Amino acid sequence: MSQRPSTAPLHDNTVRASIAFLVMAGILILIGVTQSWALALTILNLCIISAIMALGVNIQWGYAGLFNVGIMGFAALGGLATIIISMPPVKEAWQAGGMRVLLALLMMLATISAALFVHKLMQGKRFHGWLIALVIILGVVISRYILDPGVAAIEAVNPASTGYLGGLGLPVVFAWLVGGLLAAGAAWLIGKIALGLRSDYLAIATLGISEILVAVMRNEDWLTRGVKNVTGLPRPVPYELELQQAPWFINLVERLNSGSLMGLNSTDQAAVLQTLVVDSASIFVKLCYTGLFALVLIIILQLCVLALDSPWGRMVRAIRDNEVAADAMGKDVTGRHLQIFILGSAVVGIAGAMLATLDGQFTPGSYSPLRFTFLIWVMVIVGGSGNNLGAVLGGFLVWLIWVEAEPVGFWLMDALTSWMGDGSGLRKHLLDSAQYMRVIIMGAVLLLVMRFSPWGLLPEQNR
Amino acid sequence: MTDYLNALVVFANFVFVPALTYGCQLALGSLGVTMIYSVLRFSNFAQGETMAFGTVITIMVTWGLQSMGITLGFLPTALLALPIGILVTALLLLATDRYVYRYYRTKRSKSITFVMASLGVMFIMNGLVRLLLGPNDQNFADGERFFLSADAFRAWSGLDEALVIRTSQALTIILAIILVAALFWFLQRTKTGKAMRAYADNENLALLSGINPDRIVRITWIITAALATVAGVLYGLDKGYKPLSYYNLLLPIFAAVIVGGIGKPIGAIVGGFIIAFSEVIVTYAYKKVLTYVLPTDMAPDGLVQLLSTEYKFAVSFVILVIVLLVKPTGIFKGKVL
Repeated sequence: MSQRPSTAPLHDNTVRASIAFLVMAGILILIGVTQSWALALTILNLCIISAIMALGVNIQWGYAGLFNVGIMGFAALGGLATIIISMPPVKEAWQAGGMRVLLALLMMLATISAALFVHKLMQGKRFHGWLIALVIILGVVISRYILDPGVAAIEAVNPASTGYLGGLGLPVVFAWLVGGLLAAGAAWLIGKIALGLRSDYLAIATLGISEILVAVMRNEDWLTRGVKNVTGLPRPVPYELELQQAPWFINLVERLNSGSLMGLNSTDQAAVLQTLVVDSASIFVKLCYTGLFALVLIIILQLCVLALDSPWGRMVRAIRDNEVAADAMGKDVTGRHLQIFILGSAVVGIAGAMLATLDGQFTPGSYSPLRFTFLIWVMVIVGGSGNNLGAVLGGFLVWLIWVEAEPVGFWLMDALTSWMGDGSGLRKHLLDSAQYMRVIIMGAVLLLVMRFSPWGLLPEQNR
Repeated sequence: MTDYLNALVVFANFVFVPALTYGCQLALGSLGVTMIYSVLRFSNFAQGETMAFGTVITIMVTWGLQSMGITLGFLPTALLALPIGILVTALLLLATDRYVYRYYRTKRSKSITFVMASLGVMFIMNGLVRLLLGPNDQNFADGERFFLSADAFRAWSGLDEALVIRTSQALTIILAIILVAALFWFLQRTKTGKAMRAYADNENLALLSGINPDRIVRITWIITAALATVAGVLYGLDKGYKPLSYYNLLLPIFAAVIVGGIGKPIGAIVGGFIIAFSEVIVTYAYKKVLTYVLPTDMAPDGLVQLLSTEYKFAVSFVILVIVLLVKPTGIFKGKVL
């Protein structure tokens, strides 16, 4: 799969890419005209975020053939970063137990370093493993002893609205960077353990870490409020309500729509202007997001293209296509793999932070492997693994299908079962389960593309 | 003295018996993964969903039997439905092999391609399972609830605490022993089993000796279907059927396989028990046990729980990491690149 199939077309696919993206733009405009522009922009924003995630996974799979089954965890780390960076700190909670939590975290770090120290000291001697286990158990007990009262105190502070430590109160855009850093840190840890061993081990290890990360975010209320969710994350763009009051915005809307407003009398004009301003405010906010996200996408895409064209990119592809030969040429295969794994995860983390920013909330319960791991994989495979532009196209296309598949699936099931009559239990069951059809369809799409067109819509180009 | 006996009984009741049962279920599931690994040479991510699928079919047949008034007396009716569940699951797995994996096998693709295909299969099964029976909990256990009830144990021993063994737990242990014995007999004694081991050991040599690879692969899938379905149904009888918990079994199963040594049946069993016991021991709250053992004034205030149950799969993960760092081949020297 990651190896370029020898039968793959050799031609340049710039034309193909242009047509594909024009078709995507056409579909979005069609949605805008027939349904609403706000909906089209919502879909576009999520398309861009999906495209960035797909780019991250493409770095791992397309450049190096690393199989990451824990995309969900890295995306969730990005979401966590938005809380840590942008939410205002909860002063009472810090006073109640902040010191204890910090101390406990320090204690955990100390435990790890102590364990590593003992490991170095006792290497090859008797009781080596037992001593390390003793150090770790002792460390866990002590840090739990410090942590637990602090956590209880923090969670007792106004649990209905806060009950957590809050964040640093910095602008939320910083969180995108920090999300990338957090994800990179987790990737470093996993990569250190699992890279250089069997290729399946990385898949299993990433599966594990992502489940654990999400479990931590669901259960550690002092950090993330757990299933109570953190809502009202600060925005990098203006709020709709403020815009509706702002004179410059009202003037702008008036000027843009002066043609349609002209023929009306003054009372009608005011009413029409009011609705226009409300609609335009929501579209304006979404456009701001689109601009920001598109900027990030273009920067990351450009960096990816440059990296893949550089000597580094040639080396990476050489390693992917023949590890043994690259190793014989003196290339550090495991080191390169670790680097690529970290880079790809960081990009996923950035996208995760952007997603939480767009939602304006962090909901640990919403992270499911289906939506955050599997769907991204389908995007990369469908788009064309190894081709950056392909991953972006896959992100756009698959997200659009995913969004539109539910109403279409429901409508199809409804039409197919209409002869059963409304009272039929089977019809009700089938309608209820129509949502699972799209999972099956996505799985089928993945398998079919892998089998019949393993190089995807936009194949990697031969150089 | 009775205090210590009481503590022991509490420990057995809440730690030993549940861990033993869970270990049996994990061992059966891991055996399937290890069999697929040694014959087809890839980690099957669809194992958890295969277990769920087998359980769903069994539940539906069970309900059918119950509505016809057929039950098994004090045993759960699901036992009667089990063969049909195994049959349907085997057919499904054979179909996935025919339409998904066979192509990559003839092309001799990298193992990671198989893993990826198995992820696709996993999600199709995931949707299928929910399509058939919905995403909610289902309880399909019937028959006698207890094999050894609390009253019976108290009457026999005269202790305050009771050791309770549910029918599902007793059944799990007995069925697991029978299945594992049968599997080892098959692998060691029968001609097909020997051919299978030969094929797993050295594919080319096995082909030269006239072993039919298609037949070996088919039998492997059928055995996997049987093991997965039995494991899934036993897990469902023990803890109630919930599709998500079957997906969550994937990590403990992989951990068990790697701890024991990937591709080694005996390793899968030992690994299953190691994971199960660690999970239960680490997440159990020892307050009650300690209250009996320690003097009254030293009785603990808190739950004395090392790790809350939400993090139980962190245990499998930590064990997995330790094995990968210390001995990547696992206890029984399985395969490693």
